[in-house]
Amino acid sequence: MKLLIVDDSNVIRRAIARAIGEPDYEIRTAGNGAEAIDVFDEFRPEVVTMDITMPEMDGLMCVDQILQRDPGTRILIISALADASTAVEAVKRGAQGFLLKPFTAETLNTELVELFRD
Amino acid sequence: MSEDDLKVFVKGTERFFSQVTATAAEVSTPFVREQKDRVVSDFSAVIGVSGTQRGCVYFTAPREMVADLVKRLGETEMTDEIYADYVGEIANTISGNAREFLGSGFMISVPVVFSGPSHDVRFPRDMPAFVIPIMWSGHNSSLILCLKDDVEIEKQASLAEALSTLGVN
Repeated sequence: MKLLIVDDSNVIRRAIARAIGEPDYEIRTAGNGAEAIDVFDEFRPEVVTMDITMPEMDGLMCVDQILQRDPGTRILIISALADASTAVEAVKRGAQGFLLKPFTAETLNTELVELFRD
Repeated sequence: MSEDDLKVFVKGTERFFSQVTATAAEVSTPFVREQKDRVVSDFSAVIGVSGTQRGCVYFTAPREMVADLVKRLGETEMTDEIYADYVGEIANTISGNAREFLGSGFMISVPVVFSGPSHDVRFPRDMPAFVIPIMWSGHNSSLILCLKDDVEIEKQASLAEALSTLGVN
């Protein structure tokens, strides 16, 4: 399965990739929303993990653009923004899951399984 | 910034270290930074704050502590670039988590990171800098809050809007 990891922190991108287990996924990464759109167009992932607070283009705007391109893309928001309205907004825009930072490998993998429950 | 706001960051800092490292951090009583206080360490990150409050949130830590933290994440690339990146992520996570209590009006920027033995951090002069000392796994670091409620700014904006409606410039 193809997975795109979008986060402006290289440490977090690498931590997500390690936690997921790269043999199970073909993984690409992007450091901001604008770069994510470029990678998405070329890579066409089925799953995207998306940070919100990023330079160039934030994660919520990036969710809009990805779902315009492919409404079937499964998007898991992984963000430190802990207010309820941010999570609600992300889901309104079409994200299927929301994982609060800091996260563990266990919670991340649970959320990824949940993405495909419906 | 209120005492309750300070407590939000103290609790948030404790929670961050417990969740990420499974080793509790000892967070000491916050104090107001004075000019003579040297609080800046090897790696620092600054988050700009706007909205209901304005100012900055800083996190600063020594190299050994950041190295220890990224190692516990399972990171194998032990470089200054990785350390600086992770200091930014810590500042971002603690600030972002504070929105659970401070609300979505507590708007945060992406982190700006600084490193090197002589790097300088300039603190705003129009508000106090509250230093929250953090001891984790034998290392000392600090979370520094320079925040001001924007109530006065909101009042001024409302007044300006009201005067404008009345046709008064």
